[in-house]
Amino acid sequence: MLPFDFDYYKPTSLKEAVDLYQYLDQHGKQPMFFSGGTELITLGRIDLAYTEAVIDIKGISECNVMQISADHLLLGSTLSLTKIEEANLFPLLTKTASEVADHTARGKITLGGNICAQIFYREAVLPFLLADSQVLIVGPDGKKMVPIHELFLEKLQLKKGEFLIQLATETRFISAPFYSFKRRQQWETGYPLITVAALKIGQEVRVAISGLCPFPFRSKELEASLNKRDLPVSSRIDEGLSKLPKPILDDVEGSANYRLFVLRNLLSDMLTALDRI
Amino acid sequence: MKSHTITLSINGENRSVMVRSADTLLYVLRGKLGLTGAKPGCLNGDCGACTVNVEGWPMKSCLMLAVEADGKKVITIEGLENTPIQKAFVENFAFQCGYCTPGFIMNCHSLILKHPDADDHRIKEWLESNICRCTGYAEIESALKSVLRKK
Repeated sequence: MLPFDFDYYKPTSLKEAVDLYQYLDQHGKQPMFFSGGTELITLGRIDLAYTEAVIDIKGISECNVMQISADHLLLGSTLSLTKIEEANLFPLLTKTASEVADHTARGKITLGGNICAQIFYREAVLPFLLADSQVLIVGPDGKKMVPIHELFLEKLQLKKGEFLIQLATETRFISAPFYSFKRRQQWETGYPLITVAALKIGQEVRVAISGLCPFPFRSKELEASLNKRDLPVSSRIDEGLSKLPKPILDDVEGSANYRLFVLRNLLSDMLTALDRI
Repeated sequence: MKSHTITLSINGENRSVMVRSADTLLYVLRGKLGLTGAKPGCLNGDCGACTVNVEGWPMKSCLMLAVEADGKKVITIEGLENTPIQKAFVENFAFQCGYCTPGFIMNCHSLILKHPDADDHRIKEWLESNICRCTGYAEIESALKSVLRKK
């Protein structure tokens, strides 16, 4: 139970949701878009999240889309991770999403909610970074389709009153060979030490990582080093590790040095798996 | 609106209830509808003691606002009667203190309905959502598998 009260709205159109946000914001309600809502419910309970007006976007049909249309896979932001896993239209996403929280919780956690989360792992974004997906958002200025690399910089850079509707991914990426592994310090559920997701396009490997830095990322510099196929695997990894973004996390899940040790092994496993293909 | 009158289809019966927007489904089930089978544990979506079944799927009722369940079909442990999984829990000694039992049974019940042919990987994946502090996991797994095998 949450220790504060809020108004709850469930609009059925994009325009209604955007207008509601504007109206509630003007009235000082600190409105919040709500999809699975697990973050508001868990963080609100301990005073780390607050709102006076919740706008639940699960009733908007565009946010519930799951279909292959021409040469793109469209996934709505309010689809639960379980729904996406059961349909298994994008196997890399299925594997990466299936490591988030636990099975029952994934019936509530949504794609958009995970990508836009305050908790910084946001692992569901990794496959979309690898597949150069497009992001469809809406806000006071209307709908916009934007390449994910322009909008996802550490987190989805949404302006006040904007929210995520869908992600569009070219079908040639959803069937490409992949690798996805979440290494935890212990147990089989919970936050990662490091999650590595990789996609092989032609002879090139693409890599995106969560849990290493306080944000998920895909690094072209790291990829360039890992793709120097004339060098031995260990040299490719050494060079790649010198080009990582900063800071490296150093927390209760694992020290910075331990994380780098784990990353080295994960990259080696990933290259071994994908080099064979 | 800070409060709402919602209708839940609970265990086959339509119940109207006045809720705050901020009330979780768990709180409403226990505090307003007298259905105390779903247990409050961590209240944070980690332990699974409050698991019920919403539209056929397992749901941690502490992670759902009651308003989100408006018009939905909810089954709680009180709605199960002589199901194979309940019988299997007894036959396999699949509980000790019993606090986690309703949550485990509701999760197992959903798995049996959704994936009657579940393999070991899927069984493990689903059961990882619940915690048993008496560590009766082996017996719980046996109970679930005894029902799945009969199917």
